[in-house]
Amino acid sequence: MSSCNTPEKRWKFHGGVHPEQNKRQSTVEPSAQARMPEKLILPLHQHIGAAAEAIVEVGDRVLKGQKIASADGYVSAPIHAPTSGKVIDISEYPIPHPSGLRALSIVIETDGRDEWVEYKSTQDYTRTNPSHLRNIIREAGVVGLGGAGFPSFIKLNPSSQKKIKTLILNGVECEPYITCDDMLMREDPHSIIEGTHIMRHALQAEECVIAIEDNKPQAYESVCKAAEGIKGLRVALVPTRYPQGSEKQLVQVITGKEVPSNGLAINIGVVCHNVSTAAAIYRAIHLGQPLISRMVTVTGAAVKRPRNLEVLFGTPIEALLQQCSVESEQIERLVMGGPMMGFALHDTSLPVIKTTNCIIAATRKELGLDQPVMPCIRCGACADVCPVKLLPQQLYWHARAKELDKAQEYDLFDCIECGCCSYVCPSHIPLVQFYRFAKGAIWTQEQEQKKSDQARERHEFRLMRVEREKLAREAKRAKKKAPKPKKAAAPKAPAVDGAKMAEKMRDEAMNQRDSAVNARKAEIQAAVARVKAKKEGAAPKSDEATSITPAAPQKSGIDKKDDSPAASDNNEQVQ
Amino acid sequence: MLTSILALSALALVFGLILGFAAICFKVEGDPLVEQIDAQLPQTQCGQCGFPGCRPYAEAIASGDAEINQCPPGGEATIHALADLLDREPLPLNPENGEVKPKTVAFIDEQTCIGCTLCIQACPVDAILGAAKQMHTIIESECTGCDLCLPPCPVDCIEMIEIKEDMLTWKWPYPPEPAPDSRQEVSA
Repeated sequence: MSSCNTPEKRWKFHGGVHPEQNKRQSTVEPSAQARMPEKLILPLHQHIGAAAEAIVEVGDRVLKGQKIASADGYVSAPIHAPTSGKVIDISEYPIPHPSGLRALSIVIETDGRDEWVEYKSTQDYTRTNPSHLRNIIREAGVVGLGGAGFPSFIKLNPSSQKKIKTLILNGVECEPYITCDDMLMREDPHSIIEGTHIMRHALQAEECVIAIEDNKPQAYESVCKAAEGIKGLRVALVPTRYPQGSEKQLVQVITGKEVPSNGLAINIGVVCHNVSTAAAIYRAIHLGQPLISRMVTVTGAAVKRPRNLEVLFGTPIEALLQQCSVESEQIERLVMGGPMMGFALHDTSLPVIKTTNCIIAATRKELGLDQPVMPCIRCGACADVCPVKLLPQQLYWHARAKELDKAQEYDLFDCIECGCCSYVCPSHIPLVQFYRFAKGAIWTQEQEQKKSDQARERHEFRLMRVEREKLAREAKRAKKKAPKPKKAAAPKAPAVDGAKMAEKMRDEAMNQRDSAVNARKAEIQAAVARVKAKKEGAAPKSDEATSITPAAPQKSGIDKKDDSPAASDNNEQVQ
Repeated sequence: MLTSILALSALALVFGLILGFAAICFKVEGDPLVEQIDAQLPQTQCGQCGFPGCRPYAEAIASGDAEINQCPPGGEATIHALADLLDREPLPLNPENGEVKPKTVAFIDEQTCIGCTLCIQACPVDAILGAAKQMHTIIESECTGCDLCLPPCPVDCIEMIEIKEDMLTWKWPYPPEPAPDSRQEVSA
């Protein structure tokens, strides 16, 4: 029975902050469809894990929903064409990422016809086995739409040891400014509920809770109405507090259980998905449509008509800004994500990707950039608000001094980078940046250690091998010398025994090898001469030079990809 | 008098036996300090330090024949780690041994390679695959970027390529330090 009015027990997490909401601006207008741009830029890496691999070529015509890049490895997700058109380029383009790096992207020139590829819906998912369902979700390219972009099918795989007790649907959306989930819950609660059913079936979860913060009364009402009368589904209204949308904090609020340090929610029998992911799964299963668009909040003081738009992936951000009437000269900073955990973008031509939930075009006044950084006064305000009960101050000192092992002793890796500590810091120290730096430095160190251990092992093995070969050669030479006096006596016995025969053959082989070595030396010299001539570029081809065919180019083994999942456990982005 | 002499001699004998036994049973193989130093070195086996590999260099440091600032691939981080380990003052990298360069990986131009196997013999970590008169190729994940394959190549077909940063290897940089005068600005 769905319960919207029955009060249930709720727990609290430590700390947290109440930043100014700024959500009302973008919920005045109903959501709209973003205009179709002329070009869509689709980076192959839009999720956590390995980048997808392009399966189309420049010049190919693609249809809406057609797979254009396939998943490479387990932790990866395919990418589909958001509309019909022609592939005009596959090369490196700037991507919306804090690094500002460029990455391989597929560019599609849209033809405006929006022609769908043939797709097939799954009629009755309850009769389909969960593993097949997961496969459909994987093939549809569904990733966590809360902001982290972790491939969803992995989180729909119930562990064999632990039964899934609770499935939590995250409609908390605790970061200021962002309202895309809010709008989706208001306008389309049915897809969320349908998606939830599919997830429950895949996970065989006992109960299901949809969590919504109490600053979204309309969304709560709308979801409650849609969930009316459904058994085992509960809609929970939770008091607004940042970072409640972080997976571990939400699990604590709903179940009262804390996710263990270095552990995942699944370890305590809980799985958490975003509400928009549920809607995407509904579309993948019931309609057979892959993930090709998402709701994006376009807001900030520089935006005249802040609102939510349903945007095709690959749409340049400038097109969205234009549609929402942005005064571009007023933009001081363009942020992707929320003000607490988002990052600045340096270019408006960057595309919207699967993890883009919000674009904030902020003015100078809005950001309060003029606050100077001052020394830490050890006031402890950061420790009071830390939702993970860490000691941000100690972490800061150690990270700043690059004392990485000490930072790790203070559980650096339990930090969820929510930004509460930086938010309350009276000295305006960018604390989270220090933690991010320290985490990255530790990862680099670990990787280098691994690589050097491997190199040491290989080097030692090589030394051993060289030594062994040397000994073997010496032994052979000693043997070769020893039988000589015997040879003189050999004619007496014409019957050559097997051992001697073998020895003779070995000797012959050695002689042959010597001559081979000489021949090779001559060949090398010839080759050197040839290459020299080639390099000078003036030498005409002589018969002699062409008679020795150079080694044919063969399949190269160097393009082997290192598909280490970057930070697969880092999927706890605050939504 | 006699009893005390006897007692002490007996004790001396017993302890002597225990010590002798311990010396044989718990003998430490090799020099543990060398192991510790070797663990800090980057294992490129490049020989830029003047020793044939990382372990010989570690042995030289342990015996006092070499300074701790002769490893360019390790750079400042290795010097600091060694200084901490050996309780010495960190020194700047010795320019005679080379300078810190960005990490690279070798690449063989397949068109030019003649299959002479000379680079295979030079590679300290067996990261080159190939056979006589067959094209050779680098096993990228095993290459330490030591440059040792470059000099023996008769046709100069090996090139060192800088390892490019991508989304998976990119790491957040160290946050910029606040301007030193920011405090005065506020009080003014």
